[in-house]
Amino acid sequence: MSATAQTIEKLISQEYKQGFVTDLETDTIPPGLSEDVIRIISAKKDEPDWMLQWRLEAYRHWLTMTDPRWAYVDYARIDYQSISYYSAPKQKEGPKSLDEVDPKVLETYNKLGIPIYEQEFLAGVAVDAVFDSVSVATTFKDKLKEAGVIFCSMSEAIREHPELVKQYLGSVVPTGDNFFAALNAAVFSDGSFVFIPKGVRCPMELSTYFRINAANTGQFERTLIIAEEGSHVSYLEGCTAPMRDENQLHAAVVELVALDNAQIKYSTVQNWYPGDEEGKGGIYNFVTKRGECRGVNSKISWTQVETGSAVTWKYPSCVLKGDNSIGEFYSVALTNHRQQADTGTKMIHIGKNTRSTIISKGISAGKAQNSYRGLVKVLKSAENARNHTQCDSLLIGDRCGAHTFPYIEVKQPSAVVEHEATTSKISEDQLFFCQQRGLSAEDAVSMIVNGFCKEVFKELPMEFAVEAQALLGISLEGSVG
Amino acid sequence: MLKIENLHVRVEDKPILKGISLHIKPGEVHAIMGPNGSGKSTLSHVLAGRDGYEVTAGTVIYKGKNLLDMPPEERAREGVFLAFQYPVEIPGVSNVYLLKAALNAVRKHRGLPELDAFDFLQMIKAKTKLVEMDEKFLYRAVNEGFSGGEKKRNEILQMAVLEPSLCILDETDSGLDIDALKIVSDGVNSLRSADRSFILVTHYQRLLDYIKPDQVHVLAQGRIVKTGDASLALELEERGYGWIDQTMGEAA
Repeated sequence: MSATAQTIEKLISQEYKQGFVTDLETDTIPPGLSEDVIRIISAKKDEPDWMLQWRLEAYRHWLTMTDPRWAYVDYARIDYQSISYYSAPKQKEGPKSLDEVDPKVLETYNKLGIPIYEQEFLAGVAVDAVFDSVSVATTFKDKLKEAGVIFCSMSEAIREHPELVKQYLGSVVPTGDNFFAALNAAVFSDGSFVFIPKGVRCPMELSTYFRINAANTGQFERTLIIAEEGSHVSYLEGCTAPMRDENQLHAAVVELVALDNAQIKYSTVQNWYPGDEEGKGGIYNFVTKRGECRGVNSKISWTQVETGSAVTWKYPSCVLKGDNSIGEFYSVALTNHRQQADTGTKMIHIGKNTRSTIISKGISAGKAQNSYRGLVKVLKSAENARNHTQCDSLLIGDRCGAHTFPYIEVKQPSAVVEHEATTSKISEDQLFFCQQRGLSAEDAVSMIVNGFCKEVFKELPMEFAVEAQALLGISLEGSVG
Repeated sequence: MLKIENLHVRVEDKPILKGISLHIKPGEVHAIMGPNGSGKSTLSHVLAGRDGYEVTAGTVIYKGKNLLDMPPEERAREGVFLAFQYPVEIPGVSNVYLLKAALNAVRKHRGLPELDAFDFLQMIKAKTKLVEMDEKFLYRAVNEGFSGGEKKRNEILQMAVLEPSLCILDETDSGLDIDALKIVSDGVNSLRSADRSFILVTHYQRLLDYIKPDQVHVLAQGRIVKTGDASLALELEERGYGWIDQTMGEAA
């Protein structure tokens, strides 16, 4: 084996470092899905009847659907009756401060390198920490309250702000949108709710750290972000999960609504357990994320760094309804061992002068399969719509695959749609050059991969960019450049 | 500085170098000339530790250590520098980042602390002047979109920053116009010192108009067939490589 191959072998055989399980008492209902189970979930969460009816309607619709098989991924069929649909850490009452939070929960965050105290203190980031299915710690509420920002768990929003939830929930991703979205609507456990009122620039980055912790518990987060006229918000989502033998299903729904002149930036670092070297035991990540630029001059930007999960099926999308609205999608998807990712975006141009940018960086190593799937659709109404798509794949080793499935539908002759795609390998020449300058092969590969992803990393908020680069197992670039 | 004894190298069962011996003292500049396919580039790659070459016999002692035992990055940290004939591009990695990473790797190996950002920038700016390079090149991706001359100047910049003991220039003059050749040569000349040695691998004599060698070796068919002073290069230029084949024919 050449030195290059050995280095790559070593790099990609690194074990999942976030694999550990916190021993917490949990309140879990038995596996299985039925109208009764949905009633139990709704009752456990003290939901009003309209919410229960919404769930039941979604469930009935879901029963008529079949799970999608068109993605370039291969996994065993999921037995939806073998999954438990609700799990919450046992808690007598909601904590009033971090002191009241179970120390083990806090310890988990510390292991992840996300000390809440430090975040609170140093970064000024509000953390709505979703631990399994129920929010256990919410910070910075007062500061946000002052600005009129609502940042709370979805359960709380249903109780405290029912009119907003009724108005917007399911308005971007309808209950019957797709198989997994319907499932989520029926059984969603919790998630985040964000409301930024007219003209408000959210005073801090909003952040939620997810963690799947109880075995055999499907996680069904539901997130809704509403940015009223002229408001701005940046939302960070980061995930890790403990090692598991059995596959865990994760089917989240994220909805974003941007009204006139509003801007939403949504950043994700995803590092769920990818399974072992043979691909056993990893997370199935089937997520529906969609943002609607409902108002004129509005802007929605998705940035994602996806390194985890055994199977990823994810297409954060923008519906560009408002005239002059802007949609952006920046993505790094890294797969190794036997990971499979089918990910990309949809940009639907409806309003006049709408613009979209897609930058996708796929990195494939080991025996992984990495697919970009993207749709750019320009409707007749979208005069002067513009799209630029750049889709780059980097192969490490010779047993992995990279695939690109671009779909372009244009019904408006004045539209300009550009698509660029490249596929490259880390060459022996590049590696040797770096080594000849004194870098170890590992550092060289890291540096090259980092360079490849630079256009996406620069879109991430600073603290997230650092985490993202660490996630790729590489040292930070750019302290002087 | 460097002692090569009876070096034999094969590439995929094909013998390329067939018994090279070469002694280089600190401060000396040795030119290695020869026709295409004579093994010039193989020699520079073997010294730098590139994969794909099999040393079947001979030794290479660098500063008293067995060079062939070291992985390429260790050779680099010990002060062996190869200026590439075809410098690679590394998209997205800025020149200044590469320089800093490389310099710190070398400094760490030598037991020196990392340079702080301010000292590093001061130093690097001074070095860019040496190779007459615009500072903006520091912030561009390594060699991406650089012209041939800019890439070669970038190699010399890296050399200037890393301050190696043994510099191997692999056909650095190829593809350079006369102005670029002069800038590159001036850079090299300014780096000459009593404790730094150079191996100039070149096809043409013209580089040696600018960098005056102490010794010239002519490589043909994997062997050093002639060694002389700078005048040998001129003679070679005049008579062509055919002359070497002829002398070899006579020897055989």
